[in-house]
Amino acid sequence: MVVALFVIPLLFAAVAFLSPSARLRPLLVPIAGGLHLALVVATLWRGGDISAFDGWIVIDKLGRIALPLISVLFFLCSLYLPTYLRLRAERPHRVFCSSLLAFLAMMSLSISSHQLGLMWVAIEATTLASVPLLFFNENSRSLEATWKYLLVGGVGIALALLGTFFLAYAGVQGGVKASLLLEDLLRDAPLLSRTWLHTAFIVLFVGYGTKMGLAPMHTWKPDAYGEAPGIVGALLAGGLTTCAFVAVLRCYQVCAAAGDGDFARELMVTMGLLSMTVAGVFMARQRDYKRMLAYSSVEHMGILVLGIGLGGLAAYGALLHLINNALTKGALFIAAANIHRAYRSKTTDMVSGALRRVPASGILLLAGFFAATGSPPFGPFLSEFTIARSAVADSHFVVAGMFLVLLFVVFVGMGSTVLAVVQGTPPEDLEDTGFRDGLGTVGPALALLLAVLVLGVWVPSGLDAALRDAAVFVETGR
Amino acid sequence: MSTAVDPVLVLVLMLNFLVLGTSRLRAAINASALQGAFLGTLVVLVHGGFAVRPIMVGAAAIAIKGIIIPGLLHRALRDVAIRREIEPYVSFVTSLLLCAVATGAAVLFAGHLPLAPEHDGSLLIPASLATVLTGFLILTTRRKAITQVVGYLVLENGIFIMGVSLQEAMPSLVEVGVLLDLVVAIFVIGIVLNHINQEFASQDVDQLDKLKE
Repeated sequence: MVVALFVIPLLFAAVAFLSPSARLRPLLVPIAGGLHLALVVATLWRGGDISAFDGWIVIDKLGRIALPLISVLFFLCSLYLPTYLRLRAERPHRVFCSSLLAFLAMMSLSISSHQLGLMWVAIEATTLASVPLLFFNENSRSLEATWKYLLVGGVGIALALLGTFFLAYAGVQGGVKASLLLEDLLRDAPLLSRTWLHTAFIVLFVGYGTKMGLAPMHTWKPDAYGEAPGIVGALLAGGLTTCAFVAVLRCYQVCAAAGDGDFARELMVTMGLLSMTVAGVFMARQRDYKRMLAYSSVEHMGILVLGIGLGGLAAYGALLHLINNALTKGALFIAAANIHRAYRSKTTDMVSGALRRVPASGILLLAGFFAATGSPPFGPFLSEFTIARSAVADSHFVVAGMFLVLLFVVFVGMGSTVLAVVQGTPPEDLEDTGFRDGLGTVGPALALLLAVLVLGVWVPSGLDAALRDAAVFVETGR
Repeated sequence: MSTAVDPVLVLVLMLNFLVLGTSRLRAAINASALQGAFLGTLVVLVHGGFAVRPIMVGAAAIAIKGIIIPGLLHRALRDVAIRREIEPYVSFVTSLLLCAVATGAAVLFAGHLPLAPEHDGSLLIPASLATVLTGFLILTTRRKAITQVVGYLVLENGIFIMGVSLQEAMPSLVEVGVLLDLVVAIFVIGIVLNHINQEFASQDVDQLDKLKE
C-alpha cells in the first residue's frame, strides 16, 4: 500500500509522457495528485508507524507531518496547472507534465526513506526531475538558471553522499555493524566514532543545506525561482525544501541520539541567523518580485533550522512553521505567476497597480506577503512567535533579539517591493496580455492562503498532537 | 585487501594533476575516464580474491565511469569548435600548486582522523579527500562548461573511493543506485550542455551572467 505512493505518480508520469493529446495531458496531473492525496489520507488513517521493505521505507512521526503537507501542496498546485498551460499554449508540455509527476513520486520516497542511502538517491532524483521543470521556457535566461541549479545543486548533493559515507564509516570505526538504516544508527549512536560523526554531520548539513537553500549555499535559488514558472517555484519552495529539511532532521536525529545534539544545534542556530541576515540584505530594494520570493524562502529556511537549533518548544514551532511556509509559498508563487502573466514582466520597473489590473491576484500577493512576514492572524505569526517565545524562555536573549530584528528588516524589504507591485496605477502603454483573474488561476492560491489563515487562529488538536510527537521524535528518536 | 591498492591510488592521484594541468579538453575527459576505470579495478582489489559482487560492481563502474560518461562528453564536444580551455580563472601552474597543497592537506587531515584498523596506513581515505578537493578546484577555476562537468566527475570519483573503503560493510545496492544516478545526472547535464551550445555557440560559462542583482 505504501508503495503505491511512489508507483502511482510514476505510472501517471509514464502515461503523461506517452499521451498523444496535448489537451488531455494536463488533466492527468491533478488526477494523479488527487489519488496521491487520497492514498496519503488513507495511509495516515491507520495510525502508527507504517513500515515496508525491511524498514527501508517507514512513514514515521515526521513523515506524518511532511507527507500530507507535500501532497496537499502538490494537489492544489496541480489544480492550477491546466489553466496555466492553456495560457502558455505556445510551449510544449509533454516532458513538463511527466517530470512534475516523477517529482511528486521522488519527494514522497525521500520523506519515507529510513535508509539514508536510499533517501540520498531519492533527493538526487528530485533534483534531476526538476531540471526540465526549470527549463520550461527554453530561453537563455532559464538555461543559465538551470545550469547553475544543476552545478550548485549537484555539488551539494555530492557532498551529502560523502557525508552519508562518513556516517557509515563512523559505525565501522566505532566497531558496530555498519548500516545506514535510521533505526540501527539511532540504536548504535552512542558507539559511533565522534570525530567521524561530527565530520559527517557538517558535510551532510552543508550538502542538504544546499538543497534547502541556506545561506551561503543559496546562490542558485534566486536564479532558479526567478526563471521557473510560478507553479514550479511553489513546488520547489514548498515541496523540495521540505524534503531537504527532513533529510537534515534525519542527520540531526543521529547526532542527538549520540549525545552530540549541542554541537549540531549550535551549527544550526548560526546558519539560521546567517540565512535570515543574507535574505534581509538582498531583499532590500529588490526589483524582481520573483527573486524577492526566493530570498523570502532563504529567510524561512533559516527560521526552520534556527527553531530546531533552539530545541524544545522552538522545535515544535519549527515543524509548525514547515507547514505554514510551504502553504504560504504556494499561494505567493501562484499569485506572482498570475501577475507575471498579466504584465509579461516581473520587475517593478514595468509592474505597478496590480490591485487595479488583476485585483484578486493583487490582494492574494499582498495577503501572502503579510502571511510570509509573520503578521497576525496568519499561521507564520503563530509559529514564529512560538520560536521567539521559546528562545526567551530558555534565556537565549541575543538570539531572540536578532531573530526579531531580522524579521522586521525582512518585513520592510519585502514590503517595499510588494507595495510597488500592487499599488499605484498600471502603466498606460501596457498592451492587453489576455490574462484575467478566474477560478482556475486564483482558486488554488486562495485555498492555500485560507489554510494558512485557519492555522493562524486554530491548530486542530489532532495536528497539535502530531506536531508534539514529531518534535519529540526529532530530538530523542522516539 | 590486495597490496596493489596503494599503487592504483597513486595513479588516481597523478591523474588529478593531469586533469588540472592540461588545457586540451579531450585530454581532461580521457584522464577522468581513466581515473574512473582505475576506481573500477579498485573495487575488486580492495575486496581481494574473487567474488561475484565486487566484480560486478567494478565492471559497472568501469563501464559507466570509463566508457559511457566520457562517450557522452566527447559527443557533446564534437558539435562545438572549441578544443582547449583558454585562460582559466586561475592559471594552470597556480592550480597545479593548489592541487599539491590540497593533496598534502588531505594526507595530513586523514592522519589525524581515527581510522578503522584495516585502513591504517592505507592511502584510501587520503586519496578520497584529495580527489574531492581536486574536483572542487576544477569546478571553481575553469571557464568552460564541459571542464566544470569533468570537475564534477572528479569530485564524484573522490566520493566513490570513500564508498569503496566501505564496501565490505555495506550492501552494494546503494553503490549501484549511486552509479545509475550518476549516469542520469550526466545525461541531463549533457542535454543542458547541448542547449548551451545552441544558444551561445560556445561553452563559456562567462556568458551565463545575465541573472544577478
